[in-house]
Amino acid sequence: MIAAPEIDLISLAPVLVLSVFTMLVMLIDLFVGKNKSVLVFVALTGLLLAAVSSFAKTDWPVSSFGGSYVVDHMSVFFTMIFCLSSGLAILLSVDYNKRENIRVGEYYSLIMFCTVGMIILASSTDLIMIFLGIEIVSLCLYVLAGIRRGDTRSNEAALKYFLLGAFATGFLLYGMTLLYGATGTTKLAGIAEALSHAEVLSQPILVMGVVLLIAGFGFKVASVPFHMWTPDVYQGAPTPVTAFMAVGPKAAAFAAFFRVFTTAMPELAPTWEVLLSIIAVTTMFVGNLGAIMQTNIKRLLAYSSISHAGYILIAIIAKGSLATSALLFYMLSYTFMTFGAFSIVILLGRAGKENLELEDYSGLGFKAPLLGLAMSVFLLSLGGLPPLAGFVAKFYIFQAALNEGYVILVVLAVLNSAISLYYYLKVIVFMYMKEPKGDFQISLTPITLIIIIIGLIGTVQLGLFPGPVISLAHP
Amino acid sequence: MFLTFLTFLPLVGALALAFIPKEKEGMIKQTALTVAIADFLLSLQLYADFDTTTAAMQFTLDVPWIEAWGISYHVGLDGISLLLYIMTTMLTAIAILASFGIKKHVREYMIAMLALSTGMLGVFISLDFFLFYAFWEFQLIPMYLLIGVWGGPRRIYAAVKFFIYTAVGSLLMLVAIIWIYFHFHKTVGVFTTDIMLITQQINLDMLQQKWLFCAFFLAFAIKVPMFPFHTWLPDAHVEAPTAGSVILAGVLLKMGTYGFLRFNLPLFPLASVEFLPYVCSLAVIGIVYGALVAMMQEDLKKLVAYSSVSHLGFVMLGIFAFNHYGLQGALLQNINHGITSGALFLLVGMIYDRRHTRLIKDFGGLAKVIPVFTVCFMIMTLSSVGLPGTNGFIGEFLILLGIFQNQMAFAIIATSGVILAACYMLWMFQRVMFLQITNPENEKLTDMTPRELCTMIPLIIFVFWIGFYPKPFTKTFDASITHLLTQITPKDNHAPQGHHASAETDTKIAQAEAGTHGTH
Repeated sequence: MIAAPEIDLISLAPVLVLSVFTMLVMLIDLFVGKNKSVLVFVALTGLLLAAVSSFAKTDWPVSSFGGSYVVDHMSVFFTMIFCLSSGLAILLSVDYNKRENIRVGEYYSLIMFCTVGMIILASSTDLIMIFLGIEIVSLCLYVLAGIRRGDTRSNEAALKYFLLGAFATGFLLYGMTLLYGATGTTKLAGIAEALSHAEVLSQPILVMGVVLLIAGFGFKVASVPFHMWTPDVYQGAPTPVTAFMAVGPKAAAFAAFFRVFTTAMPELAPTWEVLLSIIAVTTMFVGNLGAIMQTNIKRLLAYSSISHAGYILIAIIAKGSLATSALLFYMLSYTFMTFGAFSIVILLGRAGKENLELEDYSGLGFKAPLLGLAMSVFLLSLGGLPPLAGFVAKFYIFQAALNEGYVILVVLAVLNSAISLYYYLKVIVFMYMKEPKGDFQISLTPITLIIIIIGLIGTVQLGLFPGPVISLAHP
Repeated sequence: MFLTFLTFLPLVGALALAFIPKEKEGMIKQTALTVAIADFLLSLQLYADFDTTTAAMQFTLDVPWIEAWGISYHVGLDGISLLLYIMTTMLTAIAILASFGIKKHVREYMIAMLALSTGMLGVFISLDFFLFYAFWEFQLIPMYLLIGVWGGPRRIYAAVKFFIYTAVGSLLMLVAIIWIYFHFHKTVGVFTTDIMLITQQINLDMLQQKWLFCAFFLAFAIKVPMFPFHTWLPDAHVEAPTAGSVILAGVLLKMGTYGFLRFNLPLFPLASVEFLPYVCSLAVIGIVYGALVAMMQEDLKKLVAYSSVSHLGFVMLGIFAFNHYGLQGALLQNINHGITSGALFLLVGMIYDRRHTRLIKDFGGLAKVIPVFTVCFMIMTLSSVGLPGTNGFIGEFLILLGIFQNQMAFAIIATSGVILAACYMLWMFQRVMFLQITNPENEKLTDMTPRELCTMIPLIIFVFWIGFYPKPFTKTFDASITHLLTQITPKDNHAPQGHHASAETDTKIAQAEAGTHGTH
């Protein structure tokens, strides 16, 4: 009955390349001695090649594996973002791992495996494949969050993340089965086709399925009310992993979220639109109001990432091609500014003392003017001030939403932007307007400097001259 | 190109300062001052080249910026913005000269000052919504730092309040801008953020105009500030360093009134007429309330700050008089207020530097000790009061003349503001300068230094120049006012306006269409 699906390995090129390099990293780890820097090189080469090989097919969209895997501009753009964010995460970890004595072999390969999962997640057009992607990503993250085995916070983060994550996966799977039960297929296109018939559309289990899917995805993208794990996990995980989690896996979950809801269930939009609007608004408010209270920079950035999830949800609600490109642009800008901010957070820490309280940032702006300036740029961009990437990204999402007529949603988002400025400014207040508490011992290594510069270039470039990237995101 | 050069020159100067070692404070100050003065002197060339017979934009430059969205770097000046532009370059130079006494982080201070200058100049020249918004937000950051780092004891509170207030207001404007962007595409068929093009062609019904008017109104009313959105102003002024107050009063508040003239009136003429009674009410409340509160202040700086609320109420009233006199007066009073209250803040700053207090009761009898200072202070006080022969008289007189023709009731209440101004300013002047010296510390005061005098002289010249012969100033904006009045006279907005479009506009649309192909 079921025809053997055509195997199109070229479509899978980035996944395959990355998997091979991941195994290489693990193998080489066994044979090199104390100096593990060659691993960084191998890992980065793998990511670079994966990014390049995603262009193996250019006649987008290319559907393969019986319509369960697709290469289109969205998946390729996301693959770029994933490779970039994983590369930055690996670079960011080099000094940190040395400082915290983390075994790098499995660390790098976990990040790379995670990237494999993310690429699958962003390219899948079948519920089963999406589930597979989510599992690959989540399993790697559970381990990564707890990779500082001697640290209780890190253990707490891993356990919390694992327990809640397992639940969420259960929800997600349940939602998928209900959807399958109602429509008789797991292919997104097939579901959309089935839902165009009125008798399928009227089944009550569909609503149940949608709700469960939202719960499952909501956990992965840390939207309210499934966000509880975020601050604790972000705080407890090693800082480079936190930065990585806030960007790559989140972007991947959004990609799948977006694909499932906009391609498979446009017919059900009236149902999930309302639900997602409520979630988006509460996510923004909870994230922003929560961040105001924080005194720990990692927790502050965790809450800030919750609020950003709220803005991005608006892109899903807006649907349409403008929303797709807005999502892509937003995720790319978010990558640059988040990694930039976290790189400075890591830079200020040193062995035994991580300097994560806002107090520790007092006077930074004058002690280390360039670092202070860079941090300000990242924070203001996160807050959405022109002429920085964060502003153009928000402008893009608001555009997409206003184009579809969601005026109230945009007004609420804009108000949230204003609230968010308060706590981003709070960090700047500490950096520039308070007297320094202790001495800064900043050892700026070339690698961290490179990340900061990449972040700065990305943030400013996407803000001042977003044209080229917009045309990439909007073919 | 020249305009772009002038606008970004201070920013380039700021970048250059970053490379001077921070120990060389003298060199840093001189470089900053040189850049600012050069910018001012060069900007005078704009006045010389300005064609006063036309309301069209001059010195324009229009290059595509984000083509996919129809956004371009479009800049230019007309009669409404020319004088504000030149005043900004002048006040920047004066503010930098007045800041030579800054003790901590001199380099960063000067960088913030120059960056602020570019931000402000950019606001006045932007002819593209996106560009305008970018500059509008950009200038917040240096001002925020100036207040927050170099300000008084409650500086952080004041700085954050200043920032959040302005940001909240402008974010709703952003929503309105994006809405207009799509609406314009729906009705005219072009994706563009070009202010001139949109102003000329936009078609809005009454309800749409009302909502959009409100969104823009909030942004500008906070900036002006109009009652009841003014509460950030006294805090910001009191805590800001002297030069910060000068710029704040002189230029930043004018961005609000400029916004009304550039956006609210021409874009939403129906709503402007509809909301006229409300705006005028808020304006006269501001005039009287500001004056009454100013009268009760014990702190000199707070007094000047509240007097700004009152004076800006006059400007708003002039704008909403909707006639030639009123608008003339409003535009002139914009400049006058920049000069006069800028000077008053400088003078208060000088006395604060010497005595480290700004309380009126700590002074008294200063006239005998520091006569030159007293004379300067008196000139500015009289200008603020609006004595004939000073600039304040011309501005307020024109505004009242304008508003009397249309809104008699508002005019009568507003006139009481002139009297109240005389009360609080002269009463303050009396308590500070005359009477007996009660505090022995005041006897040791030294008079103005040559540097301080240098900051005052240009302002004094303008006080009398505008006071006795305002023609060179008013003639720059006469054509623009006439044009603005034709824009806001109610017309049949439901009629398709495509036929009226000039050939120039048609080419512009064709260009915009070519630029946005394949998008959306």
